[in-house]
Formats: sequence, C-alpha cells, structure tokens
Amino acid sequence: MLKVHHIYKTFNKGTINEKKALRGLSLHLQPGEFVTVIGGNGAGKSTLLNMIAGVYPIDNGLIEIGGVDISRQPEHRRARYIGRVFQDPMRGTAAGMEIEENLALAYRRGMRRTLRWGVTNKERELYRKKLEILNLGLESRMNSKVGLLSGGQRQALTLLMATLIEPKLLLLDEHTAALDPKTAKTVLDLTEKIVVGNYLTALMVTHNMKDAIRLGNRLIMMHEGQIIYDVAGEEKKQLHVSDLLAKFEEASGGEFANDRMILS
Amino acid sequence: MNGILLAMQGAVSQGVLWGIMVLGVYITYKILDIADLTVDGSFALGGCVCAILVADKGMDPLLALVIATLSGMAAGAITGMLHTLFDIPAILAGILTQIGLWSVNLRIMGKSNIPLLKVDTIFSRIVDMLGVKQSAVSLVIGILIAVLIIVFLYWLFGTEIGSALRATGNNEAMIRALGVNTKFTKLLALTISNGLVGLSGGLVCQSQKYADIGMGTGAIVIGLAAIVIGEVLMGRLKAFGSKLSSAVTGCVVYFLIRAIVLQMGMDANDMKLLSAVIVALALCIPVAIGKWKIWKSYSKEDPTC
Repeated sequence: MLKVHHIYKTFNKGTINEKKALRGLSLHLQPGEFVTVIGGNGAGKSTLLNMIAGVYPIDNGLIEIGGVDISRQPEHRRARYIGRVFQDPMRGTAAGMEIEENLALAYRRGMRRTLRWGVTNKERELYRKKLEILNLGLESRMNSKVGLLSGGQRQALTLLMATLIEPKLLLLDEHTAALDPKTAKTVLDLTEKIVVGNYLTALMVTHNMKDAIRLGNRLIMMHEGQIIYDVAGEEKKQLHVSDLLAKFEEASGGEFANDRMILS
Repeated sequence: MNGILLAMQGAVSQGVLWGIMVLGVYITYKILDIADLTVDGSFALGGCVCAILVADKGMDPLLALVIATLSGMAAGAITGMLHTLFDIPAILAGILTQIGLWSVNLRIMGKSNIPLLKVDTIFSRIVDMLGVKQSAVSLVIGILIAVLIIVFLYWLFGTEIGSALRATGNNEAMIRALGVNTKFTKLLALTISNGLVGLSGGLVCQSQKYADIGMGTGAIVIGLAAIVIGEVLMGRLKAFGSKLSSAVTGCVVYFLIRAIVLQMGMDANDMKLLSAVIVALALCIPVAIGKWKIWKSYSKEDPTC
C-alpha cells in the first residue's frame, strides 16, 4: 500500500543548523498493516509522516501509495490518498465552522469542489450515524461550532473526519499526546476500533511504549533518521517496555539517559 | 434644517454604494482573515475606469460598471498572485498593488480627475425616465445591487468551493490536509473581493458624477470602520446573511455620522482621522477590557477562606 524508498531530508542545508532528519529511510506497508512508530526526540518520526503527507518536499528518494508515485505531488493532491490526525487538537478541525460543515469538508477530501451546495440533507443522515459511533453525544450538536468542543472531542471528530472517506493510508502524529490520560485512552480505543474495524493501513507515532506494543500489528523504532528496529506479528505481541528501552539504549548509547524519562 | 435632512439622505445613498466595497472588505478581513490593502487602489481603479469609459469613450454606463468590476478583479488577482505564488505577506502584497495602481489610475485617466457632468449614468437615466430625485434613485439602485450581492455571496459561501474558502480563513493546515489548494482559494477570495470594490468605485463615480485619483484613499479604513460599526449594532445576529447586511448597515451609519459631524462644522479633511480613531478604538477596547478584568480579578487572599 505504501512504499517509501530511500528517502532523504536535510533541513537548513549548508548552515550551522543543518539537521539530517531522514537518512535513506525505506519502509513498505502491506494493506491492513497498523504500524506504531516510536523513537526519541529528533529521531525523524514526525518528519517521516510530514514527508509522506507532502508538507515539505523530500530531497531524494521515492514515495508510492497504491502504486502511484506521489514523491513530487503537492500536499493537497496527496490528500486524496491520505487521512491525517495531528498532535494539536486545534489543527485538525475548523473552529469557526459547525460540526456538520467540518464533516462535509472532510467528506469531499481529495475531490473536485464545485458550486454544488456544501452540505446536503442526505449527508446529514450519514454524519449523524457516524457521530453516534463516537458515543460523545455530538450527533445532537451538529450545528454547534467546533470551537465549543473539548480537545478530546475535537480529536475524536478529526479522527472521524480523516476516515470518513476511506483513506489508502492513515497518518496519526502523536494524536493523543496533548490529551489527559483518560481522554487519550478513549481516543486510542476509538482509533483501534476504526483502524482495525475498517482494515485501514495506518502509521501511528507515539511516545507511549505501552500503547506502541498494545496497538497495531507492527512496530518500528526510529533513530537519527533511520529505522533501527522493525518487528511484527507474534514477536511484537511478546515485547515488553524493557525490551524497547534496551533497544534504545543500544542504539543511542550515552545520550539515551536523558531520554529515558520522556519515553517511559 | 432642510440642509441637514438633505445631507442625511445623500449620506444614506452614499453609504449603500460604499457598502458594496465593504462587502468586498468583509470577504478578506472577516472570512479570509487577512487585511487586504489593495482596496484603496482597486476602488479608485473602478472609479477611474468607469469615468474614462463613460465620459471619453461614450460607453454604456452599465457596461462600464462591468468593466470596472473586472478591473478590480484583475487588481485583486495581482495581489493574490504576489501573496500565494511568491509567499509575500498579504499586507505587503496589497500595499505593492495599491501603490502601483496609483500610477496606473493616473495613466488611465490622463489627469487627476474627470467630471461626468453632461453624460449619461445609470442613475441619470432613471432620473430622466421617472423624473424623481437623484439621491432617491441612488438609494434604490444601491439597495437593489447590495441585496443582489448579499444573495450572491450567501449562495457562494454555502457551496463546496465557498465552504473551502471559509475553511481557508479558519484553519489553513486542516483544509490543505483535506485536499484543497489554499493558494487557489485565497486567490479566488482576493479576486472576488476586489471585484466588488471595483464595482463600488464605479457606482460611486457615477453617483457623484466625477472620478478623482484620490477617491480610494482610506477606503480600507472606511471598510473596517463599517464592519466594526455593523458588529457593534448587529453583533447578536449570527446568520451569515445578516452579518453581510450588518456590514452594509455599518457603512450607512458611518456615512450618517460623517454627514452629521460635517454639518456640525468639522473639516472634511479631519474625517480620515475620525475613522482611524473609530477603528482603533473598536479594536483596542475589547483587548483593554479583557486585560483590565484580569488585572482586577487578582487578589492575594486564598479564595476558599
């Protein structure tokens, strides 16, 4: 489904702040693979997701989704294949617009927008049904402005919006990091329900190792712009947080002592 | 007394015609969330184009309005391209177009003002036809056009493209992730906005029977003042259609205030200062009140004791 082939990205090339964010990274995802991505700060996790989504251009390499080369497509063109949920709950929804208007915008992801009416009655029925799945009571507030919702509600809505039209690839960039533990759990459970239930292909960045092990069917660990550990199936299920910590330690040597607190 | 009434009547019809410019400003300032300074230039452009076509080329005044609108759209598109294709900040892009338009407008007219005394305008035609007063005709035509445009904008911003446009002003990163080319939506908004501004310039030119190189100076501030006044007066109305109407109403009230202070003997040249002060106050007061409340609510005591 997704083919990332030897991609490189360096920020601030030729300056004192030069940062090699991705160094020849390759990654192949089969349909239905739900991959959790872990790694220390600056490992290149978010950069990888941003490169796939087209936020910045890659320096070298190839990105394919469903056999289509998207390496040089602009962000808005790639949107037809990719659903995204961001870390910041404010980023995934339009605060000044109604819930149903937000859903209607997402319902047209990657499609040509015309002068037809922006929300139709037929869609409203669909949205109501989909909102019921979230179990947050939003189905009775479809005309409320999204700005009135809490961070968790907004993140759940963004998740629904990203998957309203089935994406070929779902990118989740630490989408529960800004939420309190209880809300984070609700949103994670919902994520699992939607991704597994619809057999979606997904990449989920997380700082929580327990979540990384518990969720998904494959796990990759990144360090300095490369994948240093890639595990799937039974082997992944048997993993413990201590195994992952040991892997980190091995990869990053002394530096890791500082990261331990962030990661555990 | 009669003089005041007459002045008020003129102010209302003037307010409605300028109100079409305010609708253009509303699109950029309120919906797209950028301050577009092209407006001063594109308003004068609409007026100059209209004047030269009607007075010198003998063109039909209605057709001249269409061309004034198109020229305004072209000006907006230039600002839009500078902003979207070359990443120039919106304010600077607007200033560049506005400054450039000053020379363009002078070139178009060939001199700094053109009177339209002995030629037909859309207003004079109806005056001749029905034998009613010019200011009444201006008012009726102005309201008619304003209503048509509000209906058009209401429809446009309800469509898929219009929704994408509103979302661009609301959350650009989000709507791009949903597959909208925000360069296109911004360009479109700036083009439509300045088209309305150009149309308004043309209408004002035909109604006041002259075009002047300086007629657009300060138009953006009038636009902002009108939006602010409209919000103060009709801020409780939340429907999109009524927000647009409140912008036009705000403009009428602005011109009424202007007529009153001018009647009271204020120098017309001080009017720009007054409008700037109105806008500045309207923007400052909510912030100041918020800060004052935070400052007041502080106390050393533990609130639970």
